[in-house]
Amino acid sequence: MAKPAITVSNMSMMFNLNQEKVDNLKEYFIKLVTRKLRFTEFWALNDISFTVEKGDRVGVLGFNGAGKSTLLKVIAGVLKPTKGSVSVNGVIAPMLELGAGFDMNYSGKENIYLYGATMGYSRKFIEEKYDQIVEFSELGDFINVPVKNYSSGMRARLGFAIATAVEPEILILDEVLSVGDAKFRKKSEAKIRSMFDKGITVLFVSHSVDQVLNICNKAIILEKGRLIAQGDAKEICAKYNEMIKK
Amino acid sequence: MKYLKNFYKYRYLLYEIVRKNIKLQYRNSVLGIFWTFLQPLMTTIVLVLVFGGIFGRKDASMVNYPIYLLCGRLIYEFFTQSTKRAMRSIRLSASVIKKVYVPKYIYPLSNVIANFITFLISLLVLACFIIYFYFFSAEQPHITPYIFLAVVPIAILLVLCVGVGLILCTMEVFFKDVEYLYEVFCMLLFYMTPIFYKVEQLHISSKIIRMALMANPLYSITEMFRDCVLFGEMFNVNHLLYSLAFSLLCVVAGLWMFYKKQDKFILHI
Repeated sequence: MAKPAITVSNMSMMFNLNQEKVDNLKEYFIKLVTRKLRFTEFWALNDISFTVEKGDRVGVLGFNGAGKSTLLKVIAGVLKPTKGSVSVNGVIAPMLELGAGFDMNYSGKENIYLYGATMGYSRKFIEEKYDQIVEFSELGDFINVPVKNYSSGMRARLGFAIATAVEPEILILDEVLSVGDAKFRKKSEAKIRSMFDKGITVLFVSHSVDQVLNICNKAIILEKGRLIAQGDAKEICAKYNEMIKK
Repeated sequence: MKYLKNFYKYRYLLYEIVRKNIKLQYRNSVLGIFWTFLQPLMTTIVLVLVFGGIFGRKDASMVNYPIYLLCGRLIYEFFTQSTKRAMRSIRLSASVIKKVYVPKYIYPLSNVIANFITFLISLLVLACFIIYFYFFSAEQPHITPYIFLAVVPIAILLVLCVGVGLILCTMEVFFKDVEYLYEVFCMLLFYMTPIFYKVEQLHISSKIIRMALMANPLYSITEMFRDCVLFGEMFNVNHLLYSLAFSLLCVVAGLWMFYKKQDKFILHI
């Protein structure tokens, strides 16, 4: 049996919540001396365990503040879990927020290389994918314009084009399919669908049960940092729908 | 081993960010990269005009005042610019660090390297100065094969900048005040480093002030650099040992702080 793509075991994530954010020395010292430096512990994720097999497409459902984004950040390696461990097999393309790695003063073309390097790819590798990226993003001549002059849709399109062009093994989608116009949404869904055939593993966060049903074969539900249900997408979506009605 | 492997994977990122920093620095300016020459040239002219009368009078020990000044200024400017850029680097790339896993030390490191490259380009101004004064003036710089030893102080300076940059950027993530404090410190450093004067000229009687001046690693580095390029002699080995030890210590301290705190960065930026 092949190694699972993602293994999360007994993982917890704690944040120190300050009453107010202390980010300068003066305040820090005053509060340290007067003993007002109080933290309240906040467990954003609590004892979460699950595995994702290669080729699985897992939908992550949950209300606002359930810890969905935190979970994805831990899996992407951005946050280090307070307890437990997460192990990932394969190249992750994070699309937590499209276009996060862009430099606004750089042109679209230069940003393609920069974004690719941020994901750990070489210039040569990106060069091979370059035409494909430009074509998919439908930017045309705008590719040589600084990204700061792009519309948000254009930025999202470029980000999506790069993240999917590099053929990652694990794709993290955080409500990204809600960007762009209907036409591009259709195109990007088709693109992701074509990647399924190659056996890509997907983690998909959405509020739309329909989208999850459409894309995923498995799903999990988070509530207040706890994993309350996991299993087949249809079952879990039905359960989630019930939760909404309550 | 694990770190090296990770670094190897992300070497492209280092390259891309260095490239970006250099490219963006002079974008939209008419003269572009020429500013790396013009800026030191013009500031040196200003400094010669201001301090030339007081410190630059015919003094055999200085050999050639404009070159003397330019050496100090180039080194000081590289040190302050690169450490300042490194200090802000983590906060400025917050949008990336919050979303994607990247080895975070790449950011301060790439900023220092980008500045190092512009520093190397600006050394051409120094070369022009040396050539000009060698042929067209009575105050000839002493050019000997020791000029090639100038790589040594430059290499030490680079190490020092990386170390100080790591320390500063770790502190800056938690306390933004460091930025303003460091600004003041840099001004102090400008007067504490023998850029436009020679320590021997000052006749300092206070032992403490003398020690404070000598403790400055930039003092050792500028002295070594001038020994090679301007005076044409072997530098003092004590300077070498002191500045090298100081720089390595900074790098070790910087790496230690950085690795200890880097997982907490994301909660503060």
